[in-house]
Amino acid sequence: MAAWFKRKKKGIQTATEDKKDVPKGLWYKSPTGKIIDAEQLAKNFFVSPEDDYHVRIGSPEYFDILFDNGTFEELDAKLKSKDPLKFEDTKRYKDRLKEVENNTGLNDAIRTAIGKSKGKQIVIAAMDFKFIGGSMGSVVGEKIARAVDHAIANKCPLIIISKSGGARMMEAALSLMQLAKTSIKLTQLAKAKLPYISLCTDPTTGGTTASFAMLGDINIAEPGALIGFAGPRVVKDTTGKDLPKGFQSSEFLKEHGFLDFISHRKELKHKINLYIDLIMNQPVRA
Amino acid sequence: MEYLDFELPIKALQEQYEKACEIGEDSEVDVTDTCQQIKLKLDNKKEEIYSNLNAWQRVQLSRHPNRPYTLDYINAICGSTFMELHGDRNFGDDKAMIGGLGKINEQSFMFIGQQKGYNTKTRQYRNFGMANPEGYRKALRLMKKAEKFNLPIVTLVDTPGAFPGLEAEERGQGEAIARNIMEMSQLKVPIIVIIIGEGASGGALGIAVGDTVMMLENTWYSVISPESCSSILWRSWEYKKTAAEALKLTATDMKKLKIIDKIIKEPIGGAHSNREKTFEIITKSILSELDELKKLSPEDLVNKRMQKYIDIGVYSD
Repeated sequence: MAAWFKRKKKGIQTATEDKKDVPKGLWYKSPTGKIIDAEQLAKNFFVSPEDDYHVRIGSPEYFDILFDNGTFEELDAKLKSKDPLKFEDTKRYKDRLKEVENNTGLNDAIRTAIGKSKGKQIVIAAMDFKFIGGSMGSVVGEKIARAVDHAIANKCPLIIISKSGGARMMEAALSLMQLAKTSIKLTQLAKAKLPYISLCTDPTTGGTTASFAMLGDINIAEPGALIGFAGPRVVKDTTGKDLPKGFQSSEFLKEHGFLDFISHRKELKHKINLYIDLIMNQPVRA
Repeated sequence: MEYLDFELPIKALQEQYEKACEIGEDSEVDVTDTCQQIKLKLDNKKEEIYSNLNAWQRVQLSRHPNRPYTLDYINAICGSTFMELHGDRNFGDDKAMIGGLGKINEQSFMFIGQQKGYNTKTRQYRNFGMANPEGYRKALRLMKKAEKFNLPIVTLVDTPGAFPGLEAEERGQGEAIARNIMEMSQLKVPIIVIIIGEGASGGALGIAVGDTVMMLENTWYSVISPESCSSILWRSWEYKKTAAEALKLTATDMKKLKIIDKIIKEPIGGAHSNREKTFEIITKSILSELDELKKLSPEDLVNKRMQKYIDIGVYSD
């Protein structure tokens, strides 16, 4: 073996302070191992260009993608969770809320806004997974309820972008009842003959799937999202079987008849507005 | 009769009582006084234990193996008039969800409910009361039929959850439940919901949107079972009792939170200790609720029902 190749000293010799740090957030590695420049990723709708992997994003990014020039008016932004049950597990729910608020800068797991998309008004409700797993409690329920009211008052369509692990356990039965509340509010939108577009993103599971996420005039999804009622781990534990490849993916749901179509993120704005123009029998916007 | 751990003092006194009575029958000794004394003690003990139940003990009672199940109630309430109806007209007939027509006095009702089994074989047959999507769709088909013929609907809820199986996911468990919730809110006939055992999450709510929602005294209703809640939030199964308290899942808590409308008292010792009495109480509750709901026009009924759910939630503005 050539001498230059031989390691003379064992172990890592560089002192920690001498290591060259790459600033965080410069690169993104997709699950298939593709490495992307973060800036490029943002320009590409947060989709990895080589393997089309759709990176999880939140309400700011979706608002930016769907509203013209990223301009919108946020609705009911001050709504906050209370702790009606004085819930405590390993942490007090109150403390958990404060911590998550501080870490994320969000008030709850959903933000709602009104603005223009391709020149026409629309109400969008987008969930944020980083706020307690995008879980649905009283605030998510109430914000969706009010989003419906805003859509009816402005005679415009509603989009709900689901990204949620399900109901929020710390609000127990109150959170379960938000399934009923949101579903019932959607009947009011339906009576006003205004379209409701349900966009399922990764992940859409539990109570969200058992309410508004599956009740759209069209249900659509981003590619490769996990969508289901029971989580894959629960299904595996219950059945004791290995789950088939692609189980509960967007493609699986479409194949079983629960999605109208799957849209690449860069096509979302176009496809949603085209659907609106078609269903409302109005001229197709460019 | 099977006894739960906290019922053991009752079991001991019951045995004493039976023994004493036996002695009285077999011998010349007059034990009437002793028997009466033990009986008094037994009744007091029952009263004491049953008026101080904690959340976990109520969860245990809701799953008591001798507790009446949906078909027990319906058969007792309707007698020979009950006619079970099967199938969702699309995929199959779910044995965990039953439904059919029956009469109380002169009035016909559509009954719907999850059904559990009473031994290993029937438990499997009924899939432990965990319905598949076709179960929810069968329930919806029957409820729509009731609406068509202007019949009131009674749903009896008793489920550890909707079935989390592979095929259930393929056939759209979430969609089936969501559809039921939405459609039930719009039905133009009275819907009376009674939680008779376990009311677990979306699996329960899928047949539980109603004008009057009542819970039997020893039942639970929440977003998740205490066991699963313990395993997710505490990452251990050990905290089920703590979780049961934290979830505020008892009838008393649920009434306080205004999520249910009424609590139905059970006989002392629980529904299973005096089934006939329980059936009688349930029949009365259904009839008196229907009397009230009949006073509302179909439009008022639906609007009131919708508003009730729209108002649920605690937040700061």
